[in-house]
Amino acid sequence: MLSKKSILNICDLSTEEVLQVMETADSFTGISKREIKKVPTLRGKTVVNLFFELSTRTRTSFEVAAKRLSADMINFVASSSSLAKGESIMDTVRTILAMQVDLLVVRHSDSGAVKMVDDQIEIPVINAGDGKHQHPTQALLDLYAIRGRFGSFKGLKVAITGDFLNSRVARSDMALFKEMGMDVFLVAPSMLLPEDYSGLKVYSDLEDVLKDVDILYLLRMQFERQDKKFYPSVEEYNRFLSLNRERLKKMKKGSVVMHPGPVNRGIEISDEIMGKGKSPYENVLIEHQVTSGVAIRMALLYHILG
Amino acid sequence: MIEKATILSAADLDRVIKRISHEIVERNRGCDNLVVIGLQKRGVPLGKRIAANLESFEDRKIYFGKLDVSFYRDDYASKIKVDIEKTEIDFDVTDKNVILVDDVLFTGRTIRAALDAIMDLGRPKSIQLVVLIDRGHRELPVKADYVGKNLPTSRNEKVAVRLTETDSEDIVILVESKEDVK
Repeated sequence: MLSKKSILNICDLSTEEVLQVMETADSFTGISKREIKKVPTLRGKTVVNLFFELSTRTRTSFEVAAKRLSADMINFVASSSSLAKGESIMDTVRTILAMQVDLLVVRHSDSGAVKMVDDQIEIPVINAGDGKHQHPTQALLDLYAIRGRFGSFKGLKVAITGDFLNSRVARSDMALFKEMGMDVFLVAPSMLLPEDYSGLKVYSDLEDVLKDVDILYLLRMQFERQDKKFYPSVEEYNRFLSLNRERLKKMKKGSVVMHPGPVNRGIEISDEIMGKGKSPYENVLIEHQVTSGVAIRMALLYHILG
Repeated sequence: MIEKATILSAADLDRVIKRISHEIVERNRGCDNLVVIGLQKRGVPLGKRIAANLESFEDRKIYFGKLDVSFYRDDYASKIKVDIEKTEIDFDVTDKNVILVDDVLFTGRTIRAALDAIMDLGRPKSIQLVVLIDRGHRELPVKADYVGKNLPTSRNEKVAVRLTETDSEDIVILVESKEDVK
């Protein structure tokens, strides 16, 4: 059992709870490799994916996680629902609650919308991303992917690069990585920096940190959340922030590249690094992050509902 | 918790494990196709000792696995979460005779969970159950094939199995607890 009913912010989990969830995830990683990828643990529980904003990987990841635990999973996507007819968020939530469900996984384009839902209901809620605010399960899966590669966290140097201003992933990751004793650098032009980066080193050119870091974490350029143009041009981005083959070669031995996806090819990461079926570079952890996501979400559902 | 009696001393425990190991070889006419799976937590060291005995009797390798049934329990909601131990079964159980080992047989619910867990890994030819102590109070139709000792108990008693590997001594004792054991 976790100390909080819901996971809205990465700070809702204590350090011990984060470590405990990752240990449980280890057991679930084994289950996902079996022929029968299912355990009966959450049989009879109903989990609802309530997505007011588009998503493929997060929604699918939660769905796979719930189903591997034998929970029933219902997908509720805004565009195909009564929301299109003008129903309010809370009315939608009430309708779903009236069907006796056990947990809501909520995503919304407004920061704080998930907390507003949680404040008014009894059952647990997992924040699957709210606006520019938080994306706690992404931070957990990123940390879990790092643990899989490095074994521990203390003293690891991680550079996070790109669009901090519009990134909920950055806010959750920065907090969690710092909490775990990692050395976090920010690489971004001043116009893409977050409101609060006190105590963190800031660079504007990827080349300045490339040789030193263990983990290069490239944020997605959030074009859909940029209401005005924050960065002059793709050429400018490529010059200071993009990862290409030459830059990848300069990174130190054993270092890794991460990205929350979906990648804007040719912007954060060049096409040649991404490759066709999968990346030809074994230190690009993007698929490993996705695999980690299923195990970590299974662990979280288990600890909240089990 | 009050200690009431010693059920098995270290020497008794050693004899019981040897006797059960012999029974397994006898009943299966050797160790062909035999694998041993120990249930976390104390079924693991017990199972390892049995597997080691079988190896020395028949001079062959016996596959050994560990099983944790946390995800298969029917009472996970009512119990305080204990640590989930590792499941490590690095062989295929299909068409094998599985020797399943646990320390104490009580309600039978753990064994029910273990049977489901093993079935999800493959289709064994048979599953045979070894328990060190059968203390009665079954709630499900489960019966052990090899029993170290039958011990009639009351519900407010608890059988404590301590093993060198987990508790730094070999002994089985009966203790009385204030509340009924669930």
